[in-house]
Amino acid sequence: MTRARPVIQVSNFRKTYKKFVAVEDVSFDVYDGEIFGLIGPNGAGKTTTMEGVEGLRVPDSGRISVLGLDPFKDIQMLQQRIGVQLQEAQLQKRIKVKEAVHLWAKLYGRKVSDGEKLLEQLGLAEKRSSWFMTLSGGQKQRLFIVLALINDPEVVFLDELTTGLDPQSRRAIWELVRGIRERGKTVFLTTHLMEEAEKLCDRVAIIEHGRIIDMDSPDALIRRHCRERAVVLTTDDPTAETRFNSIPGVEGVTLKDGKLTIRGSEENLVTEVIRCISESGIHVTDFRTILPTLEDVFLTVTGHSIRD
Amino acid sequence: MLRGLVQLTWIEIKVFFREPLGAIGTVLMPVLVFVLLGKFGSGLSPNNTFTSSNLFRVDVPVFAAILIALNAVLSLVAIIAIYREGGILKRLRATPLRATTILTSHVLVKLLLTAATLALTILAGKRYYPVGADVPLFSFGVALVIATWSILSVGFIIASIVPTARFAQPVGAVILYPMVALSGLFVPAEAMPPTLHTISSVLPLTYAVSLLRGIWAGDAWSAHLGDIGALVLVFIVCTAVSSRIFRWE
Repeated sequence: MTRARPVIQVSNFRKTYKKFVAVEDVSFDVYDGEIFGLIGPNGAGKTTTMEGVEGLRVPDSGRISVLGLDPFKDIQMLQQRIGVQLQEAQLQKRIKVKEAVHLWAKLYGRKVSDGEKLLEQLGLAEKRSSWFMTLSGGQKQRLFIVLALINDPEVVFLDELTTGLDPQSRRAIWELVRGIRERGKTVFLTTHLMEEAEKLCDRVAIIEHGRIIDMDSPDALIRRHCRERAVVLTTDDPTAETRFNSIPGVEGVTLKDGKLTIRGSEENLVTEVIRCISESGIHVTDFRTILPTLEDVFLTVTGHSIRD
Repeated sequence: MLRGLVQLTWIEIKVFFREPLGAIGTVLMPVLVFVLLGKFGSGLSPNNTFTSSNLFRVDVPVFAAILIALNAVLSLVAIIAIYREGGILKRLRATPLRATTILTSHVLVKLLLTAATLALTILAGKRYYPVGADVPLFSFGVALVIATWSILSVGFIIASIVPTARFAQPVGAVILYPMVALSGLFVPAEAMPPTLHTISSVLPLTYAVSLLRGIWAGDAWSAHLGDIGALVLVFIVCTAVSSRIFRWE
């Protein structure tokens, strides 16, 4: 991916609430056309950082620039060019979907038909006349995406978009977010779901206790922090254990419940194991790989699981 | 400046009437109280006329009017608290809607409801309260809107400080209903002990009662400039204070 111009620049952002330091010192850039994810556990400072970038929170110190604007001072100009979905936001219980869309279109000086088109595209057309309170969690989030996109924004902010959704709706929402990127927009999202970040984001920043611990593409982070991978297989060949042990780069082979686990840190571990199996004619009845994920990266860099 | 005000107000009106309990509480209750008081009164009165009874000729209509105003204020407090708690204010704030637009739309909805309730009350109470040709209904309606507007700004302050919707209504009631007792509606201010009299004289409702009572009785507006001045002052002070302490979330 070419490093386009940064559309969001945050340097040394700090925000405290009374004595509580929500964000200690955060700096990062988000580039044009990418999906950038701020990931970390609840209370790490994700939402505070995002709302600072959206102009909803004044920084205690530090500098934030979005599309060349100061989000707090130029909020009115900025609001025309960004779209936001907020965590735990709601609409009036008994507002109809179409009423919300028409109101938003009016507020941003857009055509009502643009909003109707988005409802169509996000699969909410048949819910046009439903009250907000009757929508499912996934439908509500889709409506919030419609509202975030109604002004054809250059940057879209999505805060914990899929929290509380079932896996199926979550996957559907991921598709929609990829679709937003395909329209040439920049997406800045927060999530505490590592799987979501890994599948969706071009780059992620891991934040904890108000500081960014590391930042890169999910693949690069995994390569940097979690090289260990494993092949787990089942075989009745008694010589297999020794043979796998002699593969260069293998750090250990263990046998448990009839399953052999072959560990190593080399990227070509899987290839080497497969080569060994075919060259030695080992009879294998089950084979799978365990590759490191962003979840493992999180565990490594923070020393604890995200759900702790 | 007030972009979206008309759309938002219209949506809020529709949303209000989609909630049956809210409509019953705000619109129908004052009407019901007024009619029941009238029925009760007509049973007591031997010749079925109230022209001689000051209570039913003046105070009941004024009482009903105050009830309408307080209902408007309480429902404003409740709705702002619900919107804050539910994250609706937060979502609206992240649009080009300005804070004043959101509050103005709610005030407009409450004023419209107040006017509608008043009209309904007068229609429903026709049988029991023979309104003389001398009663300036239109002026009374205008006076009620002025009074409601002013007391609504007291509601802003309550709405700005109550943390959750659950507390909004009781806190509002605890603050507002004692004002009714001290407003001079039941006990003339002159008859109160000095301390209460002083308290009464700083309560906005006292001026609302004085204005409504006077206009109903046929006074000229010029006789109540002091009341109007006090109500406007309350509005300005409360609006300024609540804009400083107002919390979006």
